[in-house]
Amino acid sequence: MGMTMTQKILAAHAGLPSVEAGQLIEADLDLVLGNDVTTPVAIHEMDKFKADKVFDKDKIAMVLDHFTPNKDIKSAEHCKCVREYACAHNITNFFDVGEMGIEHALLPEKGLIVAGETCIGADSHTCTYGALGAFSTGVGSTDMAAGMATGKAWFKVPSAIKFVLTGKPGKWVSGKDVILHIIGLIGVDGALYKSMEFVGDGIANLSMDDRFSMANMAIEAGAKNGIFPVDDQTIAYMKEHSVKDYTVYEADEDAVYDETYTIDLGTLEPTVAFPHLPENTKPISEVPEIKIDQVVIGSCTNGRIEDLRVAAKILEGKKCAKGLRVIVIPATQAIYLQAMEEGLLKTFIEAGAVVSTPTCGPCLGGHMGILAAGEKAVATTNRNFVGRMGHVESEIYLASPAVAAASAITGMISDPRKM
Amino acid sequence: MKAHGTVHKYGDNVDTDVIIPARYLNSSDPAELAKNCMEDIDPDFVNRVKQGDIMVANKNFGCGSSREHAPIAIKASGISCVIAETFARIFYRNAINIGLPIIECPEAAKAIEAGDEVEIDFDSGMIYDKTKGTEYKGQAFPPFMQEIIKAEGLINYINNK
Repeated sequence: MGMTMTQKILAAHAGLPSVEAGQLIEADLDLVLGNDVTTPVAIHEMDKFKADKVFDKDKIAMVLDHFTPNKDIKSAEHCKCVREYACAHNITNFFDVGEMGIEHALLPEKGLIVAGETCIGADSHTCTYGALGAFSTGVGSTDMAAGMATGKAWFKVPSAIKFVLTGKPGKWVSGKDVILHIIGLIGVDGALYKSMEFVGDGIANLSMDDRFSMANMAIEAGAKNGIFPVDDQTIAYMKEHSVKDYTVYEADEDAVYDETYTIDLGTLEPTVAFPHLPENTKPISEVPEIKIDQVVIGSCTNGRIEDLRVAAKILEGKKCAKGLRVIVIPATQAIYLQAMEEGLLKTFIEAGAVVSTPTCGPCLGGHMGILAAGEKAVATTNRNFVGRMGHVESEIYLASPAVAAASAITGMISDPRKM
Repeated sequence: MKAHGTVHKYGDNVDTDVIIPARYLNSSDPAELAKNCMEDIDPDFVNRVKQGDIMVANKNFGCGSSREHAPIAIKASGISCVIAETFARIFYRNAINIGLPIIECPEAAKAIEAGDEVEIDFDSGMIYDKTKGTEYKGQAFPPFMQEIIKAEGLINYINNK
C-alpha cells in the first residue's frame, strides 16, 4: 500500500521500509525545540533521568520568546533556569533576548530545519516547519525531555487528509485566508490525529511565508502535522537559509487518504474567524459592522517580512483610527532589521502604530497588548479562544495582515480590497 | 486500580487556555497551577473540586496550546480521571506522559451529567454511573501506552527500559 509524504518521512526515521496509519513507531529526531514556558518543565523532568546529558547539543533548540523580555519576576526565573541549563549543557541553538525571535519564524530562518527531517517541539505551533517538507509536530514538556535525552519520540503513524489547491489567490488573499477557510470547512477537530497534506498546482502561487502561516495553523484543525511538497521555492529558501542537507519525499501515487478536498484559491475572499473558535469563519463580504479596540500584526503565524510588507503597503500615508491601539511585532531580529531597512517601521510609526521587539506576548495573553472586558481585537494570530488575549469577556477576530491593516485605518473589521 | 468521585461536566473543544490561562504560565509549580485550574470556563471549579473527582467532557478536550501545565493543573487539583468523547492529540500524549488517567468513551461522555457519582475500573476500562445506574466500556489503551501508565510516566518508562 502506498504511503503519504508524512508516512514516508516517519518510515525513514524509524528505520522501516514502510509504515501504515495507526502503527506505533519510534522515530529518530533531527531537532527538539522548547521555549521559556515549556522548557523549564522539561528541565525538571530531565532531573528524573539516570544520566544528566542530552543526546546531541546541536540538535536541541531553546528559544526564550513567550514572556520575554521578561514580563515579571516569575518569568525571569523561568528564563534564568533555561539559560543556566543551556549554558551548562553547551546547547548550540539557545536564543536569548537580542538573538531570539518567535521560535517558528526563527528556526527556519536560521536554517535549523529542512525538508525530510523530523522535529518535535514543546509548542503546539511546531507544525509550522511542514511548509519546508519536514515532519514536525507539537508535543508537551515530558516528550521534549525524552527527546532531549534519547533523540527519539514515539508516534502513532497518522492517516491523512489531502487538500488539492488549484488556481491563484486574488489580491489581498493570503495563505492565512486559505488556512482559515480550510479550518472553517473541516472544523477545529476536522483533522484530529491526522496529517494535512497540501498538494496541487495552486501551491506554486503561494509564497514560503504563505505556506508557513498555513502549516502553522494545522494544529487549529487538530492535525498532527501539515505538510507541503518541496518545489523550487522551497529549495531556494533552504539554500538561502541553511547549510544542512535536505531530502525530498513525495507521497506515493497510490497513497491512501481519508478524505480529499479540492479548493480553487481564486474563489477565496479575505477570511475572518469570529470568537471563540478558529472554525467560526466568514468571508469578509459577510462580516457585519464591528468596531474594534486593538489590532495586532505579528505572531508565529503572521509576523514575517511579507506580512509586514502587506500591512505597510495598506497603511502607507494613512493614519490608524482614533481610539484604536495598533501593535506591530516583527517575528525575528532579522525581520525587524529588514523592515527597518525597507522603511516599513517608519510607515507603521507614522500611521500611529507601535512596533515591538519580537515576542509571542499578546497572542497568548502574556503581555504587550492584553484586552480588557468587552474589548475587541483583530489579530493576525492563530487562536481566538475565550480569554486568549486577556479578559474572558474580550473578543478576538483572526485575520490576515491585509485585513488587520485595513481594519487599523477604519477602526472596524474591513475589507482590504475596498481601501 | 479504581477511581471514584463526583463529576464536573464540560462541553466541546475545552482548550488548554481555559484549563490554565497563559497569565499563570509564569509558574510551573503543580500546586500553584491547580489554584487557577479551569478559571476561565468555570471559576468556581477550584472551590467545588474534591480529591478523587472526575472530569467529563465532550469532543476535542484539551485542544490548542501544548502546555503540559494543563494536565498538571487538572491532576494537582485532585481530579482522578478525565473522560471525553475525544481528546486533542497533544493533551492525550501529555496526560499519559505525566500519569493523568484519561479515557475515551463517547457514550459515557454524552450521558454522564454534572454531579453524578462515577466509578472507573482502569483494569477493565469499565465506567459505572452510580447515580444513573448505567455502565459503559471505555476504549482500552494500546499495550505500549499501558506500559507508560504503569511506569507512572514516560521518563520512568524510559529509565526502566
